[in-house]
Amino acid sequence: MKRAACVVALALLAIAGWALTSSASASDAKPMRVGSKRFVESYVLAEMVTQLVRQQGVAAQHDQGLGGTAVVFRALEDGSIDVYPEYTGTIAETVVKSGASDLPALRAALAPRGLALSESLGFENTYALAVSRAVATRLGLTKISDLVAHPELRVALSNEFVGRRDGWPGLVERYGLRFPSPKAIDHALAYEAISRGETDVVDVYTTDAKIARFDLVVLADDLHFFPPYEAVLVYRADLPRRVPGFARVLDRMHGAIDASAMQRMNARADLDGVPFARVAEDFLAGAGASTRPSARVGLLAGTLEVVRRHGPRHLMLVVVSLAMSILVGLPLGILAYSRRRIGVAVLGIAGVVQTIPSLALFCFFIPLLGIGPVPALAALFLYGLLPIIRNTYAGLVSIPADLREAAVAIGLSPMERLRHVELPLASRTILAGIKTSAVVAVGSATIAAFIGAGGFGEPISTGLSLNDVTTILEGAIPSAAMALLVEASFLLIERFVVPQGLQHAR
Amino acid sequence: MTALALERVTKAYGPRTVIHETSLEVAAGERVALIGPSGCGKSTLLRMILGLVLPDTGIVRVGETEVNEETSRAVRRRVGYVIQDGGLFPHLTAEENVTLVARLRDDADPASMRARVRELAALVRLPEGLLSRHPLALSGGERQRVGLMRALMLDPELLLLDEPLGALDPIVRARLQEDLRDAFGKLGKSVLVVTHDMAEAAYLADAIVVMRDGALLQRGTMKELSTSPAHPFVAEFLGAQRTLAEALE
Repeated sequence: MKRAACVVALALLAIAGWALTSSASASDAKPMRVGSKRFVESYVLAEMVTQLVRQQGVAAQHDQGLGGTAVVFRALEDGSIDVYPEYTGTIAETVVKSGASDLPALRAALAPRGLALSESLGFENTYALAVSRAVATRLGLTKISDLVAHPELRVALSNEFVGRRDGWPGLVERYGLRFPSPKAIDHALAYEAISRGETDVVDVYTTDAKIARFDLVVLADDLHFFPPYEAVLVYRADLPRRVPGFARVLDRMHGAIDASAMQRMNARADLDGVPFARVAEDFLAGAGASTRPSARVGLLAGTLEVVRRHGPRHLMLVVVSLAMSILVGLPLGILAYSRRRIGVAVLGIAGVVQTIPSLALFCFFIPLLGIGPVPALAALFLYGLLPIIRNTYAGLVSIPADLREAAVAIGLSPMERLRHVELPLASRTILAGIKTSAVVAVGSATIAAFIGAGGFGEPISTGLSLNDVTTILEGAIPSAAMALLVEASFLLIERFVVPQGLQHAR
Repeated sequence: MTALALERVTKAYGPRTVIHETSLEVAAGERVALIGPSGCGKSTLLRMILGLVLPDTGIVRVGETEVNEETSRAVRRRVGYVIQDGGLFPHLTAEENVTLVARLRDDADPASMRARVRELAALVRLPEGLLSRHPLALSGGERQRVGLMRALMLDPELLLLDEPLGALDPIVRARLQEDLRDAFGKLGKSVLVVTHDMAEAAYLADAIVVMRDGALLQRGTMKELSTSPAHPFVAEFLGAQRTLAEALE
């Protein structure tokens, strides 16, 4: 039985090793890293920068859809990424936190942080509020101040817009709006919601291709609340020195895209399902006007491709974080059992960690560990702890008192009791805890993609921002399959680890 | 020579005193039964000998060794302990249960352990084929025999049995009583057995100690107890044990 346990442990280590090396090999070259926020336009612009850098003969990598402004900007500040597309109004409000949003003022504010700004890319993408045409016609809505008379309208806003000072709170103040607290919703889903009549007012970007598709009416900003949102690139100030060709990239992007070109590119990526890389490539080649959709590969082929590309990384995230959770959780569970007072505290703390929303926990580690797989592993490790600690503790505590005393009475030392009596008797419960952690890790690891850790979450986050069910499924199916595989493999492991005398009991 | 001595031991849990200044001796090779109603403190007394419970005052000696926190683990390896239903570990086979402590010793020798197990199986009349079974696949009587083997494995100088036959049906119980008595006779070990059955006490032991409310009332043979009870309770306790003949009336 001991030998079988060793074999299982070695196999797990081998898998972890393989997954680590196969996912680490990509980052050996230290390419220049381009980040993007989680919406189509950001993906396309970042892809454009990535391709232009590569044309200069420099290795570049696009870390897709890292998160909202806070996450991506922090990643830029700590050097996890080198450049990402941003908007002047956003920098003014969420980063610099000053009213001035002209380029010289922003540059002056960013310089002390070691960051720099490009010239305008040539278009503005400002926030606006939109309503469906039916509602606009029925109530005669044309401008934002018309909303004051209709507090009964339902409002659904993107998460970021709800919180920003230049977003909803400021807007409410300027116009004297009297809506009850608005519903926060993923931006890509807001259009579906409004077309199904589940909400009346949403926030939109002015270059958004879906405005026309869903036949929305953009309300005029008659009190001029929204500051200008000029598209720019924010980059680390030393980048032109480190990457010689980067100055030429900045030159090429300066004023290169007008609003209608951007709207067309958004439409191709968002509505026609053309890959971002292709959209960017076509634009750079001067073929930006073509809207012929590219042939999509089937769901099965797409899923297999996702498994090939993201499977090793996802497996690595699960195996490594689970191994760490076991290494720390098992001793903590034993400690909780042998020192009951410490046990209460340990279980309490682990329980609190469990209640932190996973995305928040992932983001919490960014300032400490940057972006990528490392903070993801840290967060997954913490999530995996509680089930293991709790089940180890519960398994040990549930050992009948007479058996525990019999082990003492025949003269076993505390360590001998733990190893030969208590842990084997609790093994089934402990293993169930480890299985729970493993399955949770498979699921939570998909969220790790939002902080650039890769894995099956990458197609899911891309699909979410595109509102593309097929792409979401390409990530969701393999992760669900992996969860089932984990369940199945634990049935096998149980046969080796749980002593035979206990297997038919209970 | 005394195998076991309890000298004026007391034990209280909060305001509740469970053992009142009690002294008890078991001579080498002597077999003593401790008998009394449920909750009289007899199990506590037994657990005190193993250092599972430490007395508030008084001294417990096993052989020459005073039992305390430092010595208790060594003492436990010199004392065989059998509890109701055997107290076997369900994850180990019968044989693994018997050899558990022996295997952990530095000088463990598989061949001699194996021989010892066979010898003990013969002594307690356990078919060797059952040794590879797990406790759940054994009957109550078989489990008890394995429990006795485990207690005897390291050839202890003293054997403690806590209601060893309490969970068995009458036929199995009678057969085990015989086998226990045979084994005790062959081994010549000092034995302290806790029971609440007077006939069993008389059958297994040379001397009977009657206990009530944490105090020893009388020590003697069955005959001494019935002819000259030192306390009304002793007479009452003996009288409460109905004979078959009485039940038939």
